Amino acid sequence: MDSSSLIGTKNRKGQVYTDTAIMMNESPRTPSFFTGSEVIKEAIRRASIDVMIAYPITPQSEAAALIGELFAEGYIGDYFRGESEFAVMSQCAGAAFGGARVFTTTAGPGTMRAMENFPMWAGARLPIQMIVTCRGINSPLSIQPDTLEIAYLLQTGMLVWHAETAQDFYDWILMGYMVSEEPDVHLPLALCCDGFFVTHTKDIVELTPADMCLPPYDPYRSPVPCMDMECPPVRMMRDPFVMKSNYISYATHASWQQEVWAAVERSRKHTIKWLNGLIETENVDAEILIVTSGTAVSQGREAIRLLDEEGIRVGLVKIKTLRPWPADEIREATKNAKYIIVPEFNVVGWMAREIRATIHDSERVIAGPRVCGGMTMPPEVIVEEIKKVLGIRATSFTGRG
Amino acid sequence: MSKERIQIAPEFFDIMPVEYQDLVSKATYGNEERGWKDIGTSKELIEEHSLCAGCPESMAFRYILASLPNPEDTVMVGSTGCTSLVFPHVALHNIHSLFGNQNAVASGLKRALTVRFPGRIKDVVVLAGDGATVDIGLDMTLQAWFRQEKFTTICFDNELYANTGGQESGLMQKGFVAKMAPMGKSFDKVRLPEIARESGCHYVVNCTVSKPSLVEKVIRNAVLIAREIGPTYLQLYTPCILEIGKDSMEGLQEMRDSEKPTGRFAFKEYVSEPAKQLLAELAAKNKERKEAAKQLVS
Repeated sequence: MDSSSLIGTKNRKGQVYTDTAIMMNESPRTPSFFTGSEVIKEAIRRASIDVMIAYPITPQSEAAALIGELFAEGYIGDYFRGESEFAVMSQCAGAAFGGARVFTTTAGPGTMRAMENFPMWAGARLPIQMIVTCRGINSPLSIQPDTLEIAYLLQTGMLVWHAETAQDFYDWILMGYMVSEEPDVHLPLALCCDGFFVTHTKDIVELTPADMCLPPYDPYRSPVPCMDMECPPVRMMRDPFVMKSNYISYATHASWQQEVWAAVERSRKHTIKWLNGLIETENVDAEILIVTSGTAVSQGREAIRLLDEEGIRVGLVKIKTLRPWPADEIREATKNAKYIIVPEFNVVGWMAREIRATIHDSERVIAGPRVCGGMTMPPEVIVEEIKKVLGIRATSFTGRG
Repeated sequence: MSKERIQIAPEFFDIMPVEYQDLVSKATYGNEERGWKDIGTSKELIEEHSLCAGCPESMAFRYILASLPNPEDTVMVGSTGCTSLVFPHVALHNIHSLFGNQNAVASGLKRALTVRFPGRIKDVVVLAGDGATVDIGLDMTLQAWFRQEKFTTICFDNELYANTGGQESGLMQKGFVAKMAPMGKSFDKVRLPEIARESGCHYVVNCTVSKPSLVEKVIRNAVLIAREIGPTYLQLYTPCILEIGKDSMEGLQEMRDSEKPTGRFAFKEYVSEPAKQLLAELAAKNKERKEAAKQLVS
């Protein structure tokens, strides 16, 4: 089945399968005041999902349950609660192996519990989309926002995007499938956001019409066979290379790993088209740049406004995709910067490490300010960091009372 | 998938791999009478295997693949272990993803196939070792049964971790001295067949693979009941001759010895009431079909 032939026809809910470019870029948008969780639901309503598998963990539980309501209304092919995140991600794999468009959500310890599945998803070329509403993962227990889990996802072979706002989230969920499902990509997508800050706050989001939905997934555009016995069941290997100690087996594994990462790179061109670039910049001719992703970008914008009031000009680089990593774009955007400030919501500073490994003169990178464990990052903290770098004496903010 | 789907264009027939030619001309797809007696007379879904010489698992694989009632629309799910060395040779779509998650994968797969192919039969069969089924994957094994997922779970019980070199497993007998049980295993063999029954399986069998006709019967029952009613479980003794100190020729005798009435693999079968009704209906239909065929001949 070529799913493009279904464009213009209606699904069982009366939604019209619509060319994604028309739906996302040309159709009228309606401003709506929603929480991030509700925005996830509204995107999924329009995403022609075959299977969604849910599991409760804060702060994604509400979104996962709202999608259950969509299933009850008939918008989703099948939906159930799994028994753990490890099982859920395996269930998602099974459904994707069987040719379904699959969606799931997780957070923090759930991401960690499921981790073994992610390189398997990428290696098996399963274009599953997983929303990650980041939260603390370490002991003692925390349910608060913290982006440490993203550092682990970066090495899995999945596409990893980091949304700043609910609007990003809405658009990227729908566009994400278009990138993930390209035959030359065909990889899972971890679509991350900062838990609570995005999921539990209300924001105005411009929604596409509710009577339009994505064209269905066509599993026969996959670069690997769909496991549905609808095409000849070739013996996959005459000699299984697993556990064979010979050069061919090593070469096979090595080349496949390289192919997965090559597919991550090949996703660039599609991602640039849909997301209008892997990064977004403002005033990059300034001496000082804030470079980061997620809600740290929003806090950076506010810090820039505060500094502007004092006559200090600061530019901004918002990194939208972490995998593929926009190395060239970051090098170009930061080439004139004297100081690169990297605010982050985690203790290790993985974003600063990534940027340091990317640019020339990496001592320009100021790895901070960083907060973690659910701490908020008032823009004043970023302002203070920048003033410190510039040698301006600031009223101490963090040392107060 | 019908047999027509695998036809080769006549112009290309001679240049296709010999296995493929054979699959097209001799496969038993679509043959309702297919069974273990076809082995050696028609194209099998497995030819070579990469198991040890004389391994009872290789017999079990042959009997099971010959007995699947609907191979042209059957997808199998495996797990890590000796079985994962065999699956790449099997001419059915099959999935290996991780160690122990086979029943979770099968749950997602079965649901996806149900969504994608409404009104069509797509059987899902899980085949994994005892470590995968009972130890690392027990949670997912049981939860799939609780949820009444409609697929068959087959456990190749060799009572230890064979592929990693003979370590203790939950299905190992109490007292057996193995790697990681240097003083002998301290607790009883896990009673998974009973647990399966209590967990909602509609058909549970515990037996060896010494008799191909028996394997054929229980496989057909398990797949047909899973298709119509709910989860089914087969625990098949496939001794690891290597790790219990037997020779290549001794696997069959080992199975025969352990299936005596007092043995731990004496044939045990549980059939739920709805499953009994289904089997009776199928038997009646089968009888009707055979009689009609007889009349056609005479």
